[in-house]
Amino acid sequence: MRPLKIAEGIYDVGVKDWNIRDFHGYSTSNGTTYNAFLIVDEKVVLIDTVKKGFGDELLKNISAVIDPKKIDFVVSNHAEMDHSGCLPQIMHVIGQEKPVYCSKMGEKNLKSHFQRQLNYQVVPNGSSMSIGKRTLNFMETRMLHWPDSMFTYIPEDKILFSSDAFGQHYAGHENFDDETGTSILGHAKKYYANILLLYAPKVKALIESVVAAGLDIKTICPDHGIIWRKDPGAIITKYMEWSDQAPTKKAVVLYDTMWNSTEKMAEAITSGLNAAGVEAIPMHVRKWHRSDIMTEIMDARAVIVGSPTLNNGLYPTLCDVLTYVKGLKPMNKIGASFGSYGWSGEAVKLLNAELTAMGMELINDGLKMQYVPDTDQLKTCFEFGKSIAEKI
Amino acid sequence: MYECNVCGYVYDPENGDPDNGIEAGTKFEDLPDDWCCPLCGVDKSEFSKQ
Repeated sequence: MRPLKIAEGIYDVGVKDWNIRDFHGYSTSNGTTYNAFLIVDEKVVLIDTVKKGFGDELLKNISAVIDPKKIDFVVSNHAEMDHSGCLPQIMHVIGQEKPVYCSKMGEKNLKSHFQRQLNYQVVPNGSSMSIGKRTLNFMETRMLHWPDSMFTYIPEDKILFSSDAFGQHYAGHENFDDETGTSILGHAKKYYANILLLYAPKVKALIESVVAAGLDIKTICPDHGIIWRKDPGAIITKYMEWSDQAPTKKAVVLYDTMWNSTEKMAEAITSGLNAAGVEAIPMHVRKWHRSDIMTEIMDARAVIVGSPTLNNGLYPTLCDVLTYVKGLKPMNKIGASFGSYGWSGEAVKLLNAELTAMGMELINDGLKMQYVPDTDQLKTCFEFGKSIAEKI
Repeated sequence: MYECNVCGYVYDPENGDPDNGIEAGTKFEDLPDDWCCPLCGVDKSEFSKQ
């Protein structure tokens, strides 16, 4: 139900996008939400907007609280279009001349999105602004996850508006962490693995600086998913844990296959890993979405990749997944390659090069088998899995 | 001082970039060719003199 009251005079007026399933290449099996926040004080403030196309719904939600024309200004915590897409529409309704407060990089990036000239006002990092009974404190959070990203904090209510940080792509009937329980952490983990992992060292440094500043946080309002009000410390702790990328006793076996031979190898290798007490499942890259594979890789120690040799090269689907994984810069991983081939068998060597380029330490030279692996060869695959397990 | 055109990071030679092996006192011109912005990851060519 929107508008959603978060505290006295503070509402989530954003929208739920129930049916989106592909969010710029990230699979959103439960849809997502674009949260936007209305603060009614002596000044009326809107923090962020929603994705283009949802502007009428946003205005309807605002109107249920207050006439949108009474909004004095907008704060843009993040220039990405799922949060800024309706900015021109909102400014058209509330008054083109009203200020849009944003970070220095926010001004630059918003200007690169919209041809319409808006009244951008840059708020320096660490600056504050009184809106009546409340104060808005602005904190730049560059590269968490765009150059323009910023947090807005209200000390009087102890609410942190964290833009994309601590978000989850999840649209359900629930609106708060006390309603979802811990099941929401899986969505938060996927979000971290696919959106923030490459900036993990910065995420950690930023959270440490927030903790060091003694910021008292009662509620965290991210721009996606549920609001953390029961235990905001839990998601902060999880972010620290995910940032460390401390490996667990886990491996990911990802592969594609042409005539099921590489698949047979994948399953036998997985059995070997499992027999040695390592958590692993074989993930066929055309059956599993790259964003789900990435989530599994984040806390795994070993990444084991299998590809048939096709036209003297890698199977193209592996290039898709490996390009994606490489960009997210997973750390502290060891890797190995395998694959079936017909006559030339370049895939294993090419996979080794890809894993090395990702900074993964190769466990061995890899395992390649011609055509269909027989019983003895599958035993070799099983032992290959076991030998990897010893390194985990 | 040199500023990253992409994310706004400012390289201050007085501080260097110790997290990435660049000692304090290293001039921007003396940074290795493979040095990249510690904030957003773009290469040296994306920096402008302030």
